[in-house]
Amino acid sequence: MISREEFSQIRDNGIWQQNTSLVQILGLCPLLAVTTNLVNGVMLSLATIIVMAIANVAVAALRNLIPHEIRIPVFILIVAALVTVVDLIFNAQFHELYRVLGIFIPLIVTNCIVLARVEAFANKNPPLQSAFDGLFMGVGMLWTLALLGGLRELIGGGTLFSGIDMVFPALLPLQLLPANYPGLLLAMLPPGAFILLGCLIAWKNWVETRAAARHAGPGSHQAPPVVVSDSV
Amino acid sequence: MTPLLRAPSAARMALRTAIILLVFVVAFTSLLAAAYLWTRPAIDAAAAAEKMKLIGEVLPADLYDNELLSDSRQLAPSVALGLDEESTAYLARKGGKPSALVFEAVAPDGYSGRIRLLLAVAADGTLLGVRVTQHKETPGLGDYIEPRKDKNKERPWIRQFDGLALALVADREWRVRKDGGRFDSVAGATITPRAVIKAVHKALQYVAENRQQLFAASQGGSR
Repeated sequence: MISREEFSQIRDNGIWQQNTSLVQILGLCPLLAVTTNLVNGVMLSLATIIVMAIANVAVAALRNLIPHEIRIPVFILIVAALVTVVDLIFNAQFHELYRVLGIFIPLIVTNCIVLARVEAFANKNPPLQSAFDGLFMGVGMLWTLALLGGLRELIGGGTLFSGIDMVFPALLPLQLLPANYPGLLLAMLPPGAFILLGCLIAWKNWVETRAAARHAGPGSHQAPPVVVSDSV
Repeated sequence: MTPLLRAPSAARMALRTAIILLVFVVAFTSLLAAAYLWTRPAIDAAAAAEKMKLIGEVLPADLYDNELLSDSRQLAPSVALGLDEESTAYLARKGGKPSALVFEAVAPDGYSGRIRLLLAVAADGTLLGVRVTQHKETPGLGDYIEPRKDKNKERPWIRQFDGLALALVADREWRVRKDGGRFDSVAGATITPRAVIKAVHKALQYVAENRQQLFAASQGGSR
């Protein structure tokens, strides 16, 4: 079972403290490629949430059977197999949803967020906790990618929710800036994503520094936040 | 772990680890194989339905009554279609008579790479419709060639081609307005429409030149 305290710690870690995109800086490759608009960012995150929760549960359930020395190849095997199975089942059973989410699922196989959570959390915790960890890490990614995608879309083309009609055919994208807004191509291209992601990280650190300063009172020194980074 | 062996030899350890890894590999490969076999029929059916839906966008349903996906012919690679591999064309028939051809073409000179097109041309040479099936044009800029991404929902850019024919549009008019042609384009993104217009024009010429074989009633005449 899971205690209330444990639950809120997992939740806060996933959504803010250890946010995959802003603190762990993981999974940059799909992040850059996909967040050209809000809808894509949300869709990739939803696909990641599903895969991460399932992979975490599977690894947590099998964790006592996996020898320490070969855990990484076994994790990769489990994650890759599960992602492929999820991909196939989605394609067969929820074809409409697959047409929207489908292109994102294979991207997740190589996404080190999944492997990182499996290694750092599911390997040491029971299935229920691991499921919540996968879920909330994904939620943290969801809001970050939605924000990043929304900003890029708004600055780049003056719209919001473009592509929403692929998910809900009845809805139309919003044109927020005047139709003759020339657009800023940079925001749409990968460098724009880097710049905006940098701004978001700075904003998060600023919020935290301010909160810490208020908490500790004026004059106290705050240890710099530890940034755990990784390639890809 | 085993009380009998206080310090298992390296070889034993390696063997044990290898066996465990093997068990995992076999278990998860079987899982994959089972999932593949189980989902195959549904995925095939969905893929066929999707193909028909895409064809339906370029080919009006009242123009054919045959089983389109099984009435196919292979087209040899050709420069005119921009294809360097064989492609499949589908012959639409109404009451047994060939009425239209659905085929693929590629615009090789898009802003970022190849743009794949699906075209439907009626037996009399009229272009029934064009759709972009694959491209890598800049999101939010060049991707208006895809009606889903086109901000103009009333009359998406790609529909300008509907109903055109070589007989109706002179050669020099197969250009964007900016270059003296008849086609609209979005300011700042003219390389993309130029590539599409050129590819459609060449595809129509290809159909005009190979009409006999393409619309041959028997499948034996496939090239």
